[in-house]
Amino acid sequence: MLSSSRFFIRTLLLILVSTVAWIALTASAAIEVPEFKKLNADANRRDGLAAWQKVYSVLTSPRCINCHTATNYPQQGDDRHRHFANVIRGPEGKGVPGLNCISCHQSSNADSTGVPGGHNWHLAPLSMRWQDANDRTFSSAAICRAVTDRSKNNGLDGAALIKHHEEEALVLWAWNPGLRPDGSMRTLPPLSHAEFVAATRTWVEAGTPCPPTNRTAR
Amino acid sequence: MATYHLNVNGQRKQVNVDPSTPLLWVLREELNMTGTKYGCGISACGACTVHLDGIATRSCVVPVSLLNDRPIVTIEGIGADPVGRTVQDAWVDKDVVQCGYCQSGQIMSAVALLKATPKPTDANIEESMGGNLCRCATYVRIREAIKSASQQLK
Repeated sequence: MLSSSRFFIRTLLLILVSTVAWIALTASAAIEVPEFKKLNADANRRDGLAAWQKVYSVLTSPRCINCHTATNYPQQGDDRHRHFANVIRGPEGKGVPGLNCISCHQSSNADSTGVPGGHNWHLAPLSMRWQDANDRTFSSAAICRAVTDRSKNNGLDGAALIKHHEEEALVLWAWNPGLRPDGSMRTLPPLSHAEFVAATRTWVEAGTPCPPTNRTAR
Repeated sequence: MATYHLNVNGQRKQVNVDPSTPLLWVLREELNMTGTKYGCGISACGACTVHLDGIATRSCVVPVSLLNDRPIVTIEGIGADPVGRTVQDAWVDKDVVQCGYCQSGQIMSAVALLKATPKPTDANIEESMGGNLCRCATYVRIREAIKSASQQLK
């Protein structure tokens, strides 16, 4: 009776161990199959593209794109009109002698006079223009390509892009844009800065995917 | 109100003003330096131009609280600078001034241009002086005077 019971328990244990081993091996094999890998990659890319669209919504807000022009001048205001007073880009994006950006824009906002300010106020280089010469905003795909092209973006890789969005003074200014001359608050970008940085991180961690070129979403 | 110590034309000045007061009004009302003119008050005309740490700056939009210890040079002090003196002489020689209201700003911008670009082209002059308006339209004589000063500064 006792030996029969032992045999039964041993058999049961053997079956249990075999089953567990089989399940483990099967699961491991499933992870290795290319289809599963592809599904995982597709989901990752989908998340990355969704995050990029959030980033794009900020980059194309007036607080950002007004200084990412393709023209010889910056823009101002939510209607993105040409900067007044014949201000021009200049060779380094900082205006020209006698009419520099910092002739008016100081190191911080001047709320009493309505002039925005931040450290090293200047235009983005033409390689980082996000609109065409007629001031039409580039598509999501086109801006994504520009932002991820290290020959155009001052050599920034993914980690540096996150850092740029997280710490750069003029990026931070967009969420602290100060008062207009009439005393009202300038419009903020559509996301909070924390949401913007989080979306950038998700996009970077997904491999900085860009929408297909033939998409012309504006 | 707050107390600020300013370096104006190489002299130390103390003023007690509201931090939001634009430099223009500190110069004119507190220091009685009325050579710098009020034109538009929104940095659109250039009449209020002074040099702040060597940069031509619209004093009507820069609050005194943002000046820190940067040296300020106004039209009253620009003649002590060799380029400034040469530009002022060229202004007289070419008889640039008509009503004169904008001319202190014009001279301050012209000096900034010539310090950075000693031999400016017509395009350089138009770009750098494009933010200084003159209701008397003395623009042609301003350009002549800048070129003349450039020649003198060889």
